[in-house]
Amino acid sequence: MCETIVNLDIVVPNQTRYLRLVGAIAEQLAKELDVKEDQRDTLAYHLNLALTEAVANAIQYSAPTDSNDTVRICLAVDDGYLSVRVFDHGGGFDLDAVPWTDLDELRERGRGIFFIRSVMDSVQYHKTESGNVLEMRKKIA
Amino acid sequence: MRVAKEVRDDRTVLSIQEDRIDAHNSGELKDLVLKTLEGGAQGVVIDLARVQFIDSSGLGALLSGYKNASLRSSGFALAGLQPRVRSMFELTRLHRVFDIYPSLQLALSA
Repeated sequence: MCETIVNLDIVVPNQTRYLRLVGAIAEQLAKELDVKEDQRDTLAYHLNLALTEAVANAIQYSAPTDSNDTVRICLAVDDGYLSVRVFDHGGGFDLDAVPWTDLDELRERGRGIFFIRSVMDSVQYHKTESGNVLEMRKKIA
Repeated sequence: MRVAKEVRDDRTVLSIQEDRIDAHNSGELKDLVLKTLEGGAQGVVIDLARVQFIDSSGLGALLSGYKNASLRSSGFALAGLQPRVRSMFELTRLHRVFDIYPSLQLALSA
């Protein structure tokens, strides 16, 4: 479990059909937060986007031969920050090696991390005993 | 992915009947646009009026359509972008790349 004051701990099969569900949960959580009214909808959309991209990445990087694999998502609110952690069990990737997207290049892929970096305050990716984790934080108060 | 397809004047309109385009259905959109172009469509308009959410894979599918249309000298336009969806194009500056119209009607009359 997440060791924070408020948390949601979610486990879904590593299938893209669940992106809608986790995105909707993220939006609903954002709408419950104590933020300015005119910022609430934008926060909700950004959280939906960041989580959708992160879970899609986790599915992409999870073990391809294990159809029973899952993606764990931990959403937490603590001390004015919203923390989102997405765990995967795959080989992982080097976040520091992912360059900022060249917006003048019309590549069909490669904007997921760009979106996450754009809408969240910080992004880290590291290995834990529970698997690889993409950790995103955003100040909400 | 649910898409309504119809030919209006000399263009093929693909009206997305989903509120989300993400990694779950963007591949279908990419394939559908490609098949439409391969079928000889001289111009394609994607009506996004019902779409409330698009992620990087959705933008990628639309970019694929844009590039495939350009290779065939076919037209490719987007219509009816909702504010959230438009913000994704602005964040990536892709609103400078695509022909974007406020509504399907305006796209067809252009």
